[in-house]
Parts: sequence; structure tokens; C-alpha cells
Amino acid sequence: MSIQLETVRHIARLANLEFSEEELGIFARQIDSILVYIDKLNELDTQRVEPTSHVTQKDQAFREDRVAPSLEVLRALANSPETKDGHFSVPKVIG
Amino acid sequence: MEFEPVIGLEVHAQLLTQSKIFCGCTTRFGNPPNTNTCPVCLGMPGVLPVLNRKAVEYAIKVGLAVGCEIRGRSLFARKNYFYPDLPKGYQISMYDQPLCVGGGITIETRKDRKRIGLTRIHLEEDAGKLIHQEGADDRTLVDLNRAGVPLIEIVSEPDIASPSEAHTYLTMLRSILLYLGVCDGNMEEGSLRCDANVSVRPAGEKQFGTKVELKNLNSFRFIQKALEYEINRQAEVLQGGGKVVQESRLYDPDSDTTDLMRGKEEAHDYRYFPEPDLLPLIVDQKWIEEIRAGLPELPLERRDRLVAQYGIPAYDADVLTTTRELADYYEAAAKASGNPKGASNWVMGEVLRKLKEEKAEITACPVSPDRLAGLMGLIEAGTISGSLAKEVFEEMWATRHAAPDIVKARGLTQISDEPELLAIIDQVMAANPGPLAQYRAGKSATLGFFMGQVMKATQGKGNPTVIQKLLGEKLKGS
Ligand SMILES: [Zn+2]
Repeated sequence: MSIQLETVRHIARLANLEFSEEELGIFARQIDSILVYIDKLNELDTQRVEPTSHVTQKDQAFREDRVAPSLEVLRALANSPETKDGHFSVPKVIG
Repeated sequence: MEFEPVIGLEVHAQLLTQSKIFCGCTTRFGNPPNTNTCPVCLGMPGVLPVLNRKAVEYAIKVGLAVGCEIRGRSLFARKNYFYPDLPKGYQISMYDQPLCVGGGITIETRKDRKRIGLTRIHLEEDAGKLIHQEGADDRTLVDLNRAGVPLIEIVSEPDIASPSEAHTYLTMLRSILLYLGVCDGNMEEGSLRCDANVSVRPAGEKQFGTKVELKNLNSFRFIQKALEYEINRQAEVLQGGGKVVQESRLYDPDSDTTDLMRGKEEAHDYRYFPEPDLLPLIVDQKWIEEIRAGLPELPLERRDRLVAQYGIPAYDADVLTTTRELADYYEAAAKASGNPKGASNWVMGEVLRKLKEEKAEITACPVSPDRLAGLMGLIEAGTISGSLAKEVFEEMWATRHAAPDIVKARGLTQISDEPELLAIIDQVMAANPGPLAQYRAGKSATLGFFMGQVMKATQGKGNPTVIQKLLGEKLKGS
């Protein structure tokens, strides 16, 4: 297996996710099989190929700098489990 | 051992667009929390960002003004991290293909002019504002009004050699942004924010030391103190045989120290990748040239021109070109009065003093350049004396009346008429036979006494030059 358990743990931490040791093992195996698949592509010689970040070949799509109506604050906050004085309220984080 | 600091600054500037960078929400500061939000800037699933053309134009404007190369093709990227000020879980920024590269900003140091190189300028979206509640609640409140407001990040090379140079660089950069009209430069409201990379090395050494990132230097006053503290701290660590650790530190203005920011080390793994929701940003040469053609005269150019055109001292020109509006005011007053040096004295003196006193901007100055020139004209014509003019200026400020009207209404016109002054001098001499005898006995210092008496008799309106001449003749007994 090319992926280390430690790497999976690190990625989980970056995503604010907690897993049991058993789950970490499962994910490591799954991620590994994906990576093996991707590695297959590396067999191709892509030296003369521009990296593709976007598949559309469209021209630039700009908007003009005009203000459009925003949501009503109650709708903006509607999905929040907890609100206070028009704010989203979340567990305390340290600045 | 002597240590020398190496400083690079990262400045975030909010662009003065009406709407946000990827949606139509207003950028207005001070609206009630979360009222400037929509599905795009709230990070709802299934929405698409669409780039604000004006934000790109402003970024290019800054790039051109500081001599950057504007890239024909640049790319937005996702900077991934989890924090409640960022509803999407990533910030749309630019990474390995920024819009502007290179360039530099020329600053005036005590000795000479120095160019601080720039690495890059890129576009990105701002994050929301967090309010950490004190007390038992243990909650953090999130306001996303600012999320999605367009920013440019201006990254300098490590060319800054002292805290005072950092201050000068920031002042010049702010001045350029104000001249371009792309940012309001307000540090208190967060329109301009500064982080610094600081390291020290033994004087003369070529190799860089380990750098520390100083966060949130959000006031001109703090930036110098924070850098001074951090440079001393690092020098002490090295002198004591220790090693500087690469870390992020936060300046605390209350204790005047920098403290380690905890728990952020891991968050530096931002896993950037190209933003699939936005097309590569293509900027053609025609657009760049259009923007270039609209560039205004910049602070340093204007400063040099003021010195050359009006013959005022470099120091005056420096102060007068701090903002475009102040320089406009000065030039209008210089032209209207035909007396550039006098105008500089008035603007640098009374005008700036009153503005500071009332915490007002030059655009709100109740005395127009034309009116100021009118006041200067009265002094030149001998209608009022210089000291009386300051009183008239105060009244012009308070009442918004023109100088001649005030002088007329208050009967302040200077008395230069010789027969009128001679009559007063005769009265004063008759009333003071003692001092007169002293003067004629050779005590010439008594002249001052007579000057004072005559000025008093004219209620300060007598023309001092004329009085002096007449007194000289009369006292001798001719
Ligand atoms: Zn929005």
C-alpha cells in the first residue's frame, strides 16, 4: 500500500473529521486503490501536453459591478442550528 | 554581535467596488450582520461564482501603477481550510498563476530613494468577521457581510531593512492606492491589513535567517513597534545561542509583545488546487492599455512636479501630496493666489491644523482654495496684517464667509493712511512726554514703547511698516 495511515489521519484532521482506527484502515485501503488507478495514467508520456484545469473553452464570463438584492437575514440564517442577534452562532473558536 | 533585520510585507487591500467579487451583494461597510449575503457568498451547494469585471480592472490598475507585469492568463485557486469565517471551506484566491508579477515601489528614506521590489499582486475574496463572545456563553458569532468582498494581496520582496522603512513603504503604498481610487485605505475599518515576514541575520551576512510571520499589524502606529519588538526578540534568541523557530506570531498592542499563535501549524497545509468553478482569467493587451491610459499622476511624480513647478521645499511637497485631494487643494490655492510659497504655508499651517483639530478631511474643508487665495490677497494688498489674517481665517472656517466680507463687517481694514496715523502718533506723543524725552536723550529702545502705544490706539489695525516709518521721523522732532 502506497498511502500511510498517518497521511489519512492528517487529511482527516485537516477536514475536521474524526474516525476510529478501523475506519481509518478502510479509508486507507480505498484511497490506495484510487491512487493505484490514477498511477496508471502516469504511464502516459504527458511532457508535451498542457495541464488541463478546465474543460470548457469558453471566453471570459464577467459580471458588471452592479449590486443585486441580498437575501433577507432570516433566510440567510435559516440553515443555522443556532443564531444570535442576526449572527450565525458556532462553538467558540480561538482567534 | 550586530544583527540586521530582513522584512517583507504582505498587504491586503479591499477594492472599492460596489458589489462583491463573485456575487451581486453590496460591499457596504456597517450594514446589520448577514444582511449583505446570498447563496453564493454563503457557500450554498450548487451555486456558481461569476467574476466582477471592476475588481479585475482595479487589480490591473494597481499592477500597472507599480510596474508589474500583467499576465495575459491567470488562474483562480482554492485555498482549503476550515474556519467559521469561511463558509465554503475554502477561499478563492490565486496561487501559482497570479494576475500581476514583479514591479516595485519607490520610497523616500532619510538618505535617498530606495526601490522595494514586489513579488506579486493577486486577487482573492475576503473572509467573514468573527466575534468571540466573552464569558459563560462560549460561542463565536459569525457575520458574513465581508465574505466575498474583493481584495488584492500585494506581496513585497524581503527588501525592507528596518521598521521605519516598513512604515514608509506602507505609507507610500496606501498613498498610491488612494491616488488610484481603488481602496479607501482605512486601517481601522480593515480596508487595509498588513502581515509581515521578519528574520534577522548577522550584519553583512548574505544568508537569510529563519523567518517569523507577524499577523494583523493593523495600524500604522503598531506596525513599527511590533517589528521592533520582534527583531529584538529574535536577536536575543540568537545571542543567547538559541534558534529562531518558523512560526506565526500575533502582535498585542496592549502588552507591546508578540505571542505565538497556537493550533495554526497544521492549517498551513492549504492543499491549493485550480478553482473549477471559474474559467482562467484572460486579460488582453487592449484592455491593459485602456487601463494604463487612465492612470493618474502618482504621489512621487506629483511631489517632484510640485517642487519643480512651484519651487516649494521637498518637505512641503511631501506633506501636500499625501492624498490626491490635498494636493488638488494646494494646487488650486497656489494658482488662484499666484503665490505658491504663501499657499503652501497656509495649507501646511492653518488648514491642516484646523482639519486635524476637527478630524475632518480636506474634501470637507469649509474654506475653498479660492477663498483662501482671497484672504492671501488681502495681506498682500496691505488691507490686513498677517496676524489679523489668522483671526479672519478662523471666522471664515466657522461662518463660511469670504475674507473681504468679514474684514468689512468687522471693520478690520488695516490703516495705512499717513495723515490718519500721524494724528494718532501726535496724540500718543502728547500723552507720553516722559518717554519722549528719554528717546530724544538717546534711549532708542523707547521706539518699541511708542510702536505698542500706536498699535493699541488703532486696535491692532495700524499698518506696522507705515507706523514705524512715521514714528522714526516724528520722534526725532522733525
Ligand atoms: Zn452574495
